[in-house]
Amino acid sequence: MPEMTYREALSLALREELRRRDCFFLMGEDIGAYGGSYAVTKGFLEEFGERRVKDTPISESAIVGLAIGAAMLGACPMIELMTINFSLLAMDQIVNHAAKIHYMSGGQVAVPLVLRMPTGGGFQLGAQHSQNLEGWFAHVPGLKVVTPSTPYDAKGLLKAAINDGNPVIFVEHSLLYGMRGEVPEEEYVVPLGQAAIRREGTDLTLIAYSRMAHVALEAADKLAARGISAEVVDLRSLRPLDVDALVRSVQKTNRALVVEEAPKSGGFGGEVVATISDQAFDFLDAPVGWVGGADVPMPYTRPLEALAIPDADKVVAGVQRMMPGRFR
Amino acid sequence: MSDRLDDLGRDEALRLYRQMVLIRLFEERAAQEYAYQKIGGFLHLYIGEEAVAVGAISTIRQDDLVVSHYRDHGHALAKGSDPKKVMAELFGKVTGLCKGKGGSMHLFDVEHGFLGGYAIVAGGMPIAAGHALASQYLGQGRVVLDFFGDGAANEGEFHETLNVAGLWKLPIVFILENNLYAMGTRVDRASANPELWERAQAYNMPGQRVDGMDVLAVRRAVGEAVRRARAGEGPSLVEALTYRFRGHSMADPARYRERAEVESWSGRDPITLFSAALQEAEMLDDAGSQRIHDEVAAQVEEAVRFADESPFPPPEALYQDVYAEG
Amino acid sequence: MATEVIMPKLGFDVEKAKIARWVKHEGDQVTKGEVLAEVETEKVTLEVEAYDSGTLIQIVSPEGTEVPVGQVIAWLGQPGEKVEAPVPAPPPPAQEKPAAAPAPAPTAGQAPAPPAPPLAEHAVRVSPVAERLAAEKGVDLAQVTGTGPGGRITKDDVLAAAEQTAAGKPAAPSPQAAPGVQVVEPTPMRRAIARRMSESKRQIPHYYLTMQADMTALMDLRRMLNEGVPDEARLSVNDFIVKALALTLLEFPDFNAWYENDRLERQPQINIGLAISLEQGLIAPAVLDCGSKTLRQIARDAHSLAERAREGKLQPEEMAGATITTSNMGMLGVESFQAIIVPPQVAILAIGTVHPAAVVNEAGQVVIRQVCALTLSADHRNSDGAVGARMLGRLREYLEHPGALLS
Repeated sequence: MPEMTYREALSLALREELRRRDCFFLMGEDIGAYGGSYAVTKGFLEEFGERRVKDTPISESAIVGLAIGAAMLGACPMIELMTINFSLLAMDQIVNHAAKIHYMSGGQVAVPLVLRMPTGGGFQLGAQHSQNLEGWFAHVPGLKVVTPSTPYDAKGLLKAAINDGNPVIFVEHSLLYGMRGEVPEEEYVVPLGQAAIRREGTDLTLIAYSRMAHVALEAADKLAARGISAEVVDLRSLRPLDVDALVRSVQKTNRALVVEEAPKSGGFGGEVVATISDQAFDFLDAPVGWVGGADVPMPYTRPLEALAIPDADKVVAGVQRMMPGRFR
Repeated sequence: MSDRLDDLGRDEALRLYRQMVLIRLFEERAAQEYAYQKIGGFLHLYIGEEAVAVGAISTIRQDDLVVSHYRDHGHALAKGSDPKKVMAELFGKVTGLCKGKGGSMHLFDVEHGFLGGYAIVAGGMPIAAGHALASQYLGQGRVVLDFFGDGAANEGEFHETLNVAGLWKLPIVFILENNLYAMGTRVDRASANPELWERAQAYNMPGQRVDGMDVLAVRRAVGEAVRRARAGEGPSLVEALTYRFRGHSMADPARYRERAEVESWSGRDPITLFSAALQEAEMLDDAGSQRIHDEVAAQVEEAVRFADESPFPPPEALYQDVYAEG
Repeated sequence: MATEVIMPKLGFDVEKAKIARWVKHEGDQVTKGEVLAEVETEKVTLEVEAYDSGTLIQIVSPEGTEVPVGQVIAWLGQPGEKVEAPVPAPPPPAQEKPAAAPAPAPTAGQAPAPPAPPLAEHAVRVSPVAERLAAEKGVDLAQVTGTGPGGRITKDDVLAAAEQTAAGKPAAPSPQAAPGVQVVEPTPMRRAIARRMSESKRQIPHYYLTMQADMTALMDLRRMLNEGVPDEARLSVNDFIVKALALTLLEFPDFNAWYENDRLERQPQINIGLAISLEQGLIAPAVLDCGSKTLRQIARDAHSLAERAREGKLQPEEMAGATITTSNMGMLGVESFQAIIVPPQVAILAIGTVHPAAVVNEAGQVVIRQVCALTLSADHRNSDGAVGARMLGRLREYLEHPGALLS
């Protein structure tokens, strides 16, 4: 099976759609002449032309609004927002409009629109360029939110999102674009709302999404060296959330720990913790653990930035708090 | 006014007159039903502004589109929405345009090309531009009329939208309904330059101000803008100076307006003005005018009765239409 | 005919307003659109306009009074017209002697749900606190029946078990049976039913009321509604009774209550338990929120409940959330019976078979009607026969005029 990067997988998905349907077009800042700030659309302007690949002014709100309006009428736009941080400038359009138009109109019009945007920090980009806001979007009825962590999922989920018929916040991760992985030649889809078991285990379940899924796998390796068998569940979708997968895993292992990059307090991780507590209480040997980002604006300097983001050691420490007996 | 009426012809002129009367009587009746608690939430009345919606919408085709803001009953009715379904929507009944899910501020009528109804000031603007973009992209040849108020002209989305629309020459006409007040704030207390039509220049499109109480003046200005848009020449901004005879919404005694100002504008009631012009051109007489009023009043009563007798949506409707079925 | 002038809704969050000043006075002529009065809300003073023309014949709310939105503040009409006095409320029905309590009959009860499939057969569901307490007090969890959601053993269950042991009743195995006697050891479910039924009869002073309902109209309506309808969507007689009971309980909230801590706690939702007979015993899961459901919704939910009960797939709220229970022995040919109340509920309705009977009508003739005996068992600590009779009578009224059940 061919191998490619996360970035290439996304590019491939977009190319396939652009070639297949004339109604499909892209809009975003610097996606054309510049080739995309994360190079996902490199070469697209040359191949598809200005009509299909539109560079926009720096007007996030208008861009998203335009896409909403176009999607409502059968054109098929896809938006790239340079980072999730800038989605804040389009919050009104995303939350007050895209998410609600189908409902408010009594089902008369839908908003089939995918908004791609990278999330996360770790490049010393500072507080305003390093946020994880996907949890905020997961709180809005009418939106769907997906967070692929591998090239395979990136392509498959993007294809699924494009065909979902609803507004989907497609959250990539800035540190994953260079990650390599297997991607089938034939067309395939990864359904929304389905988590993936990245690693099977029996002693506890680590639950994560996006880049933290890899941190959880790293932590699982470290735990294995101590004789603790961790199962790793990669959520892949935040809304809809695959509650069944979580419950099934906890039924097996009896312990769960959530790993999230976003600041812990008020975060989406809390939703996962509460859901497990509510649905799988009888199978728990301990309260559900939770490791999240530091509750601070992201600092610039490298050593402090490293402290603010969860890593494998912090996860292992979280597991130790939960199962101290296994660490003696 | 009468010499311009000749272009219009008697039938079309009376159609416009009837539409304005429909909006007026509909809004007055809605106000009453709100007082009786049949309508809840916010209710923003279009009384006094009828000439803008009617004049503007008379220039476009059935398959063109209209986007409005929360003072949207007039636009919906002028675009052809059934008064029964509009009233039922205000009453929150399942037979309303949006099955009771939208309410007064979020009217949608896809069948008649009326696409909202948005409660966020200027929120509908980029979306309207998006409709124009779709038409351009798919080669449909449709034009979009986007209505918004003087308050919206200071929102970032106004500027972003006009910029992109001007840049990409989208087939859209921006119609700024300047009724001098954004809720309680007079336009000269909110805008560094209250000549709002001049903003068009910054975005490389024609802009003008017209008398929003004169339905034919509105029609003339918007008609030209529509022609431009349809010919691919790009968007325009038409600022219609108008006045709302009632407060911003229900329960607004509008103390921020001087009595003298209100009286002066009331003397320029667009329906009275048009009626006088029609009478002068011998297209309408007292009996005809009375007949139109009576017919429209009956139509509005029927709408209220329909709304009253319709059921509310069932409880399971709460969870319907959150998502579209893929 | 005089027309009322009401206090209008003056804003989305306005509940009441004060009459600041009457601009028009009694006897004045009023034209539609004219200002009648000035009213004050918390935020602002507004004008109330007349929606009709006429003479202001009566001012009901004088200046300075605060009036809720929607209430009448004045009347418009013809000069000299009198406003009709409001119709007085109908007098309460006469007191009746409570019926005597005849011999008891064993019936419906409630038992915890069978353990959910994923757990191992002998695994015990128990809360962490209960587990700790059990260890402290030396209680064998295998002998405890759980009353928590899904049959989970709770703190209360462990404490109760500990008490019993302390009272000197050992959890020792039963004595050897005599030869030829076949011993039937009760299942945990049967044990739990036994415990609950005894407790109910011990604690609750039951009284019983029976009424005969004329079901002829209801049976006709049911036949009409079921015409051409597939089996799974057909309405049963019980569905009608549940709907009628829900409507009745809206008017008699004291019967939709739990008696706990020596006081009556009216429940916010009407959850009607349906006694369902399973192979292993009797359970009474609830159709939730009947007060908000139509007849068809109730029918659908009752059907689903029965199916899921057989598959062991009931939700904890359905198992433990009933606010009142019904038991229908009609299909078994029982004419009437008295059921045992399921604590902490305060009533239970026993429904007999619908059968033709000769009755004497108003004209004194003997006619054949479809009748059904309804027996209410109620808790005499918190209701008396008179109110029980009124409640049962209202239920009967709904059943005998089934049009109201179609809402």
